[in-house]
Amino acid sequence: MTLSSPMTNSLRTQPDTDGHFGQFGGRYVAETLMPLILDLEKEYRRAKTDPAFEEEFQYLLRQYVGRPNPLYFAKRLTEDLGGAKIYLKREELNHTGAHKINNCIGQILLAKRMGKTRIIAETGAGQHGVATATVAALFNIPCTIFMGALDVERQAPNVFRMKLLGAEVRAVESGTRTLKDAMNEALRDWVANVHDTFYIIGTVAGPHPYPELVRDFQSVIGKETREQIMQAEGRLPDMLVACVGGGSNAIGMFHPFLDDTDVEIVGVEAAGRGIELGDGHHAASIAGGAPGVLHGNKTFLLQDEDGQITDAHSISAGLDYPGIGPEHAWLHEIGRARYVSVTDDEALEAFQKLCRLEGIIPALESAHALAAIEKLAPQMGKDKIIVVNLSGRGDKDIFTVAKALGVEI
Amino acid sequence: MTVQSDRISSTFAKCRAEGRAALVCFVTGGDPTPQDTAAVLDALVEGGADLIELGMPFTDPMADGPAIQLANLRSLGAGTKTADILAIASTFRQRHPETPLILMGYANPMIRRGAEWFANAAAQAGVDGVICVDIPNEEDAELGPALRASGLHFIRLATPTTDAARLPAVLQGSSGFLYYVSVAGITGKQQAAQTSIEQAVAHLKSGTDLPIAVGFGVRTPEQAAAIGRVADGVVVGSAIVEIVGQHGAHAAPHVKEYVASLRAALEIRETAR
Repeated sequence: MTLSSPMTNSLRTQPDTDGHFGQFGGRYVAETLMPLILDLEKEYRRAKTDPAFEEEFQYLLRQYVGRPNPLYFAKRLTEDLGGAKIYLKREELNHTGAHKINNCIGQILLAKRMGKTRIIAETGAGQHGVATATVAALFNIPCTIFMGALDVERQAPNVFRMKLLGAEVRAVESGTRTLKDAMNEALRDWVANVHDTFYIIGTVAGPHPYPELVRDFQSVIGKETREQIMQAEGRLPDMLVACVGGGSNAIGMFHPFLDDTDVEIVGVEAAGRGIELGDGHHAASIAGGAPGVLHGNKTFLLQDEDGQITDAHSISAGLDYPGIGPEHAWLHEIGRARYVSVTDDEALEAFQKLCRLEGIIPALESAHALAAIEKLAPQMGKDKIIVVNLSGRGDKDIFTVAKALGVEI
Repeated sequence: MTVQSDRISSTFAKCRAEGRAALVCFVTGGDPTPQDTAAVLDALVEGGADLIELGMPFTDPMADGPAIQLANLRSLGAGTKTADILAIASTFRQRHPETPLILMGYANPMIRRGAEWFANAAAQAGVDGVICVDIPNEEDAELGPALRASGLHFIRLATPTTDAARLPAVLQGSSGFLYYVSVAGITGKQQAAQTSIEQAVAHLKSGTDLPIAVGFGVRTPEQAAAIGRVADGVVVGSAIVEIVGQHGAHAAPHVKEYVASLRAALEIRETAR
């Protein structure tokens, strides 16, 4: 599909009033939750036009999260790749070490506005759980984090962090005992506690208005990037690259650039051990999935011919989810963004390379975006510019990486 | 009205004429294996179930408690496919030409091959209606038009959060009966207070002429009888699924005995009056 007159027909006005991004998105939830998410939408509309809300959000991003974070020119990485200039958006320098906190600040402010007295959240690797536990502590609201029992075992340091921050961590034993089951369990809890509980969803998925509001809170990434690249280069970049699990860091980076059709947009899915190996070996919903309905929205899902959800796999726990945010599904369908995939091994290589060349330990999630530019940057001229979203830092991943490299620590 | 849609309304009418609530029983299809389900369904009918809800297993049953979650896992673990569920429905219809059969489950398995495909296949298998947990009125276009075109009822759920402002949306496009989920929560856990059920049924009755069936957390004959005094139907699911879980391939006689105890409790209403 070609994009005609983007300025008069903006791509930045999605979703429609029913929460659809083209055929994707929507509100596929149990009836018990419908009144609640309709309320949330109303409250979010009010908050969006309330200067006091925006002011408090900006204050906390500045003074608590440490924004704006730098857009850093990676000179040695650029030289190594021998093509386009590489800039890194340093989300990993945020408080709690990733982009997740941007969204959590926004949602806890909404929870407070709605008078909710209890917070729940799901987490995979634990990054969103830590960010949620952090804001819950800051606002003195009790908080329960649902985490797959398998992830609780794999991510012990983050479990301890959440507990230090005062959160209750509930290990989910159902299903495959990973992120999707944690989300199922969070939804079950929410249905039973609608009167007092606010569900802080960690990515641009779930029922409307979550994909929209999480995107809006994360869009600070792209807005800062625009200003910073104009300052550094006097023009917009030629390409944006970000990793995509649910896709919140990516959409936060992409959204402010959607109408700038000269800016190429590339999302990077996790190919795990290889997409060609089939179900259970990768987490690439667009490359290896099909449209379907799960967790409140319609999007690309890993599923079998009967619509049963199949297991995702990625070395990066944050990308280990069988779906993708509905706005990404739509951007893929209309051709505005391109989605590529990167294997565990490629991500591991890129992880180590950034450590050595730039003195930055990236999250394994972000290492997927770095691996993608290994192929993209050398094909572009030295006058071209790529911005990579360095969505998180890799301290949490050193055990996983050591194990993959056969090192005992 | 088609023959299929008649089964549900004529069953509720028959029960009303007998002065009692209809007994609606749920089991997960393919639990513990697809081969075992026919005997369980027969046991439900023989025990006195008036309407049957046949659960379509799903990997991610978000609205279900532990009992039905485990049943879904057992069924999928035995390799149950959508084709098996349709075959179970089809052979049930041959054995039981009068008993309404409703498919209940989640959206994704229903729309995977297209809503029209599913609606046609279900209608051909002799299914009367569909309950889809995660398609509220707002997303009706995903499944509703296809079901109605095939002469199937789209049975909607009302809940304790369905207030007067919300009720018209729930009722729009729904037919067959209205399923009142008596607790804000998941299946099989706690039971709602009788007074809250009575108020809710009265509230729903003010908005619709559809029969109201009440479920979630109903376990004992006493509970069933109490709900039967105010509602048109009583839905029992998790308690039956637990019996199947406990006795596996040999569950049928136990299911029949339990269902008969529920049915007997519903019958008492008439003699008590």
